[in-house]
Amino acid sequence: MPNHDIQGLQPRPANRLSRTAKLLSSMFLFPLGGCGALRLGFLNPHGPVASGERHLFWVVTAVMLFVIGPVLLLTPIIGWHYRQSNSNSAFRPQWTLSWPLEFFIWVPPSLIAVGLAIVLWRQSQQFDPYTPIRSTLPPLEVQVVALDWRWLFIYPQQGITTIDELAIPAGRPVHLSLTSATVMQSMLVPQLAGQIYCMAGMTTHLNFAADQPGTFVGRNVQFNGPGFQEQRFSVVAVAPAKYQRWTATVKASAQDLNVERFEGLFKPTSGGHPILFSTLPPESFEQIQARSIAAPRRGSPM
Amino acid sequence: MTTAPDPWHLLLGRLDLQSLPFVRAWQNPTASELISAAAAAMVVLAAVAVIVLVTLLGKWRYLWTEWFTSLDHKKIGIMYVILAAVMLTRALVEALLMRAQQAVAVGNAGFIAPDHFAQLFSTHGSIMIFFMAMPILTGIINYVMPLQIGARDVAFPLLNSISLWLTIGAAALMMASLVVGRFSTGGWSGYPPFTELSYSPDVGPDYWIWAVSLGSIGSTLTGLNFAVTIYKKRAPGMTFMRMPLFCWTSLCTAALMIFAMPPLTVATALLALDRYLAFHFFTNDLGGNMMNYANLFWLFGHPEVYILILPAFGVYSEVVATFSTKKLYGYTSLVIATAAIGALSFTVWLHHFFTMGQSADINGFFGIATMIIAIPTGVKIYDWIWTMFLGSIRFTVPMLYSIAFMMTFVIGGMSGIMLAMPPLDFLVHNTLFLVAHFHNMLIPGLLYGMLAGYHYWFPKAFGFRLDERWGKIAFACWVLGFYLAFMPLYVLGVAGVARRTQAFFEPALRPWLIVAGAGALVLLCGLMSLFVQLRVSIRDRRRLAVPVGDPWDGRGLEWAIASPPPEYNFAMIPSIEGRDPFFDGKRQGDSCRRAPARYEDICLPKESATGVVLGLAAAAASFAIVWHIGWLAILGTLIVVGTVIARSFARDIYRIVSAVEVERIDLRWRRALSEARAVPRELETSGLNRGLAEVAR
Amino acid sequence: MSANELRHVGLNLADYGEITQPEAESAIFGFWVFLMSDAVLFALLFATYGTMLQATASGPTPASEYKIGSALAETLVLLTSSFSFGMASIAMKYPSPGAQQPRLLGWMAVTLALGMLFMGLEFHDFLGMVKDGALATRSGFLSAFFALVPLHGLHVLAGCVWLIVMMVQVVHFHLDARVRINILRLGLFWHFLDVVWVAIFSVVYLQGLIH
Repeated sequence: MPNHDIQGLQPRPANRLSRTAKLLSSMFLFPLGGCGALRLGFLNPHGPVASGERHLFWVVTAVMLFVIGPVLLLTPIIGWHYRQSNSNSAFRPQWTLSWPLEFFIWVPPSLIAVGLAIVLWRQSQQFDPYTPIRSTLPPLEVQVVALDWRWLFIYPQQGITTIDELAIPAGRPVHLSLTSATVMQSMLVPQLAGQIYCMAGMTTHLNFAADQPGTFVGRNVQFNGPGFQEQRFSVVAVAPAKYQRWTATVKASAQDLNVERFEGLFKPTSGGHPILFSTLPPESFEQIQARSIAAPRRGSPM
Repeated sequence: MTTAPDPWHLLLGRLDLQSLPFVRAWQNPTASELISAAAAAMVVLAAVAVIVLVTLLGKWRYLWTEWFTSLDHKKIGIMYVILAAVMLTRALVEALLMRAQQAVAVGNAGFIAPDHFAQLFSTHGSIMIFFMAMPILTGIINYVMPLQIGARDVAFPLLNSISLWLTIGAAALMMASLVVGRFSTGGWSGYPPFTELSYSPDVGPDYWIWAVSLGSIGSTLTGLNFAVTIYKKRAPGMTFMRMPLFCWTSLCTAALMIFAMPPLTVATALLALDRYLAFHFFTNDLGGNMMNYANLFWLFGHPEVYILILPAFGVYSEVVATFSTKKLYGYTSLVIATAAIGALSFTVWLHHFFTMGQSADINGFFGIATMIIAIPTGVKIYDWIWTMFLGSIRFTVPMLYSIAFMMTFVIGGMSGIMLAMPPLDFLVHNTLFLVAHFHNMLIPGLLYGMLAGYHYWFPKAFGFRLDERWGKIAFACWVLGFYLAFMPLYVLGVAGVARRTQAFFEPALRPWLIVAGAGALVLLCGLMSLFVQLRVSIRDRRRLAVPVGDPWDGRGLEWAIASPPPEYNFAMIPSIEGRDPFFDGKRQGDSCRRAPARYEDICLPKESATGVVLGLAAAAASFAIVWHIGWLAILGTLIVVGTVIARSFARDIYRIVSAVEVERIDLRWRRALSEARAVPRELETSGLNRGLAEVAR
Repeated sequence: MSANELRHVGLNLADYGEITQPEAESAIFGFWVFLMSDAVLFALLFATYGTMLQATASGPTPASEYKIGSALAETLVLLTSSFSFGMASIAMKYPSPGAQQPRLLGWMAVTLALGMLFMGLEFHDFLGMVKDGALATRSGFLSAFFALVPLHGLHVLAGCVWLIVMMVQVVHFHLDARVRINILRLGLFWHFLDVVWVAIFSVVYLQGLIH
């Protein structure tokens, strides 16, 4: 399966040029090396939710450039033309009101705001994370538990569990039910969908889909302690035909999630590789939720 | 965690040797620990150095009687600004450390440990908001607003001093957290359950709670003071619609302080109850609900950012009109817009947590409210542009900041509208895009405004201008530095990079982080340039002197008196007949500077140690609560209560400046006024400017 | 200037002595502003209480803990104390000739006694709840209750301390300007606490017991 290269472009190695030319060319290429950064986010979407939201981003950018453009133009032009040393400019120190100008200051911005408000309302409804993705296929149900500092994915229909790897069939909607076993966290996979908070004792929902197979990075974006920066996971979208085979392989060959391993998941751990389990956890999603609000989970952080 | 009550613990609570960063660095000399120890050492050395210096110069009595116990709004204002400058330096250095760490830590762990990094972003945010931005705007409003409305002081001078010292006490707690213990790692917003005892049992969140609480009580009282001053202390004839715009923004800021600080007090108090008395407001168990905290905090947090920006808007109104040599365009529009911003600021708080799982309807409502608030802001920007139109613009340092603000702030407005759209917010909330947005509002908005105000009113406060050349150097650094440091963050946020991250793993991020780091260095150069400017200005103060008091051909009453003003501001409270009374008055026979027919005795409040005692006792009690030092907490609280009661028994609280003395001071100024040569605007930044403006047009 | 001229909202005194009318206006107006910020504090605690009514964590509920008789008694005591403070205010507006003010002090003493009776009744209530195991540490609902109602109680305590201080000052300074302005402000504070209590009685006790 094609693997999305999420590493940035590497700058070309300099050959026998003078030191200044090397410096200049590296300064020029330096920012280009960073262009790869944008491929990591929603400007490089791979699902209908992220694509739609990217589209909204461009629409708003265009409208707002239209709104702030006049300010960016008028300010320097007026500033320069009416400078004190310019004897050619008119000077009317008592001019403080023009009703036509007042109209243009208040009304067009208000109309643009009304227009944007309509767009906002409709797009908020359309991209509500709780609204299922419309499709002929039934959604894949995955339950997500945010831990310190890893992600637990439970696949009730498939009967497997994973750590730090969310495997989904491409082209089919996914419905996540999320909670946290510890503090407030926020799951973000920018190439596929927006984020949603994960909170202990509560269930939030996120609906999205991946268009094609690929690997995408997800992370927690709500700070939760010393392991926060390492709390990333992969979303692996697999061709639909291959998904069942993948599930069967995991069920057959991966280790089972017994009670001992399960309890180990709740110890604060950061980094580490994805782990696959061939069974569901000994506690259901609801039971995990209940335990997270029964008593404090984690001890002293340092 | 119960320890046997041995004498040490009774005396020192949970303080022990491990609380000192020096001991921790000795035991574990990593780069991170050494930096902490160095910071602590600097605080201790600086405190010792200041004490030694003041003692050697023999200035304790002077400082005590002339400054610390002063109830004069001008001195209190200056002390606020000095506090802000000190805390700005610390928080900017912290920002540099974070930027350096992020530039380095791409694919490696960098040199600052995750826990230390988390303390850095928490102190940086808390200091910049509560101990830099709030004090500097409070200081400038304190200094300028009573002068502009023709008053002798604020309505409650003693309360003013109490607010100042509560803020100083809270800042002292922030500095103490560098030397003893540690700070919170929960950010400036302190979200539970992370900041609850079960996830943060250390003293960090406690320091945060008490520093923020003391500061917020000080700000509530300040807001009350400013509002009553503007309502009740305006000079005769100064109706609301004749007030300078700066006073309108001060009034709306004050209203926001009065109504928006209590939610913060409640949020931190409830968190404190959870931590100290095992209550269950925001815990995971037994019915706690973390979502309530988010609502309470942002009910404060959103109006707070308008508290931060409205005074800057007021400064821009004054500066743009003055340096465009023109009346302010659209005064009524600006007043309506200011009031609308103030009122609407209470309707948008949910946009800080669109991602918490509310329905699309709720998110949509608050998103629309957020966009509505952008309309009056846009109106203001246009009103300033049209003030420049048909004017005669002088590019002094304050004007340069205003122009840079107009062009840069709107980019932040653009990203703000994006964040107001819930589907877009879902993608960039808690990423560096958000960090770029709010710095884009606060630096070009608040900071440039405060720097403009500092340059504009410095001559009024101290009798000499600031050096223009170093001012322009600093300006260039602040603008270039801002763009370099924060524009890359927009890109990184769109790339999905989270905020508050101590290390990264994608090489493509590195160039952007390096540019941002370079930007932070340029910003530091901006701050250093301001210090150099101050030193140069003090050195050259005779050349820069403007004793007559009107270096800029100003429009409001503050320019109608000497620089520095006499203690009582006005020998005779003027009677006002229109907007820009001094400007119009200059062109109609200098009516605002006419000598009074008769000099009167002036009654002023006596100096009082009440503020100092209350602020420091409250800080001591807070420190004690943080460290579980029972006796000190009780003692501090008793001192606070006792001082308030004792003060209510005080009767000898006024002193009289005799009419003879008033006349002497006034005549001395009038001599300078008559001897000074009036300068045209072309020469206002030259050494010829003595503070008397030539009235040509 | 007539003796009945309305200079500020509240009880207007004819003359403030060495403090000027504008100063008195500022002082009273400022205190109203302070009360408004205090009202916001209480409003937020009411809102918190409202959102946490259901968070009983299978523990004590409003119905199991609130006693209507006790709440009614506290209400009557506090309302009567507002009345007695009103009488004190009138005694200040129409003072006895000479320096001594026995009527004023008497009504202030009655108010103080009622205030302390209120606190005693409330403390007894809280003790009862604690004996039932209905501690603040038991659930979110109880935390919210014990933030809101004791905060009001703390305010009443502060008011009682303030009453004592003012009584001492009436004896020591008689009715000078600062004493009178402070009693006016104390009066505003006392009546404000009464209003907040009416809200507590309705929102907390009545609502809790109706269901």
